[in-house]
Amino acid sequence: MNNFIPQIEFKNFNFHYGKYHALKSINQSLPKHKVTAFIGPSGCGKSTLLRTINRMYDLYPDQRADGELLLDGNNILSPSVDLNVLRSKVGMVFQKPTPFPMSIYDNIAFGVRLHENMGKADMDERVEWALRKAALWDEVKDKLNKSGMSLSGGQQQRLCIARGVAVKPEVLLLDEPTSALDPISTMRIEELINELQPEFTIVIVTHNMQQAARISDYTAYMYLGELIEFGETDQIFVKPSKKQTEDYITGRFG
Amino acid sequence: MKVVLERDTTVSGAALAPDFSLVLDNQTRSASSMSGGKRDLGDVAFTWLVRGVAVFVLLVLLGIIVALVLASLPTIKTLGVSFLTTAEWNPPMNRYGALIPIYGTLVTSLIALVIAVPVSFGIALFLTELSPVWLRRPLGTAIELLAAIPSIVYGMWGLLIFAPIFAEYGQPFIAATLGKIPYIGLLFSGPALGIGLLTAGIILAIMIIPFIASVMRDVFAITPPMLKESAYGLGCTTWEVVWNVVLPHSKVGVVGGVMLGLGRALGETMAVTFVIGNTNFLSSPSLFMPGNSITSAVANEFAEASTGLHTSALMELSLLLFVITLIVLVISKKLLARLSRNEGERS
Repeated sequence: MNNFIPQIEFKNFNFHYGKYHALKSINQSLPKHKVTAFIGPSGCGKSTLLRTINRMYDLYPDQRADGELLLDGNNILSPSVDLNVLRSKVGMVFQKPTPFPMSIYDNIAFGVRLHENMGKADMDERVEWALRKAALWDEVKDKLNKSGMSLSGGQQQRLCIARGVAVKPEVLLLDEPTSALDPISTMRIEELINELQPEFTIVIVTHNMQQAARISDYTAYMYLGELIEFGETDQIFVKPSKKQTEDYITGRFG
Repeated sequence: MKVVLERDTTVSGAALAPDFSLVLDNQTRSASSMSGGKRDLGDVAFTWLVRGVAVFVLLVLLGIIVALVLASLPTIKTLGVSFLTTAEWNPPMNRYGALIPIYGTLVTSLIALVIAVPVSFGIALFLTELSPVWLRRPLGTAIELLAAIPSIVYGMWGLLIFAPIFAEYGQPFIAATLGKIPYIGLLFSGPALGIGLLTAGIILAIMIIPFIASVMRDVFAITPPMLKESAYGLGCTTWEVVWNVVLPHSKVGVVGGVMLGLGRALGETMAVTFVIGNTNFLSSPSLFMPGNSITSAVANEFAEASTGLHTSALMELSLLLFVITLIVLVISKKLLARLSRNEGERS
């Protein structure tokens, strides 16, 4: 685990919701093709941090970021960044499954069509590839024309992951992707994250510490908008260097 | 049935209610609460009250249909289908054909929709996705205020202000542009009179925009933010999000809003009467020509209609309007069913 190639770098990064200072001087690199988990109590800024990596906050006028946030060395906070291109490189999956109101096939093909022109055969291939990546192909191959909303919650979430993967992003952001799912669906998604890890940089926010311990290579502990500790997951969970982290992990706090 | 009979013998209040589920409900209620018969009686009374008002609406509807059919029987008997297929409307000669009013009603409403739906979509898109927050409320209220203007004001404004300006600048421009297109051009030819089918359609469009736009805005606004963010997260532009995700997600509401607007357009009387021209002759297919609509015909002639065939003809016109509205309703249901089929079946 020592091949830490930084892909995402926060440099003196601050984030505000109106007057509220939500992220305070974050300086941290996140590794390429690894799973990084963000843990911490509710309201500590984990999701906020995640939402800066694809500049989702841009949709809301009173939210702003300053400092630097580099993706492959380019500052994505720069106003000249093409958000549509950025978001094709940085996919996102949310707490609750959000299939689009269209067929399973179109749910996957929709995102691909935004960025690439391809024929029917190529598209079929891409859809199958993405659904296989998300371990959903066998369950839906006979009903690709059915509504994405006809699937179960766990299947819908894997559909959303497949949708994100289909665009072939470099980074996948997962914002508590299993918080609305049952244990078996959760397990499948965790397996899936492990399978995707060699090809994608995965950043996951989770409330579930066991989940972070199970699936991540690196873990970051956040508290009140500050990044308290970052390290290899084994180290964070076995012998955290900060007292605060230890208190949180052992359940004495949070 | 067995449960109902049992309850009949034990609870006097519930005995009035033939409704199976209600009886079961009473059973569980009285078993679990101490309040006893008084409360049950209240429940039953309330159930009958709300059932009564629901049935009342049905009875009124039925009454109107029966009254219309009875009143139009004389023309139905004497004229039959020719009432629908002839274009001659000549009360002194006792000749009645409804083709021109039907055509006028359908065409003006269609023009209104063709103009109002895209405009309303644009308004809703702007208000929900693009407008700065401080502008949303005042602009939304202003658009809703358009709906508060009485139709006679629209009529006066249309006749005295819009029509002359439209004849001077609008119609010559349309004739010089759309009028040059082969085939379609026929619709935009002829003298620029100001009043006519096109003018009526435009005034109707302005009148129904607030209805369609505010319904669209409301249904767009309840699209879950996470669903929109998912689409933005894939790299969609605002247009792609609204067109591919928000619109399909809210299609039932959108179709409902459009139908609300169409219903108003079909039934609008006063404003149309002012600007449509009120003539029962239609010599060319041009939309610049004056015409008549069902509502205008009825409104203009009812006061001076002698008893007999003329009144009956006007009644049958009203019945036709009713039927057209019903057909529109059925088509919208079919449309919705087809839309959800396209989205993919739900198991």
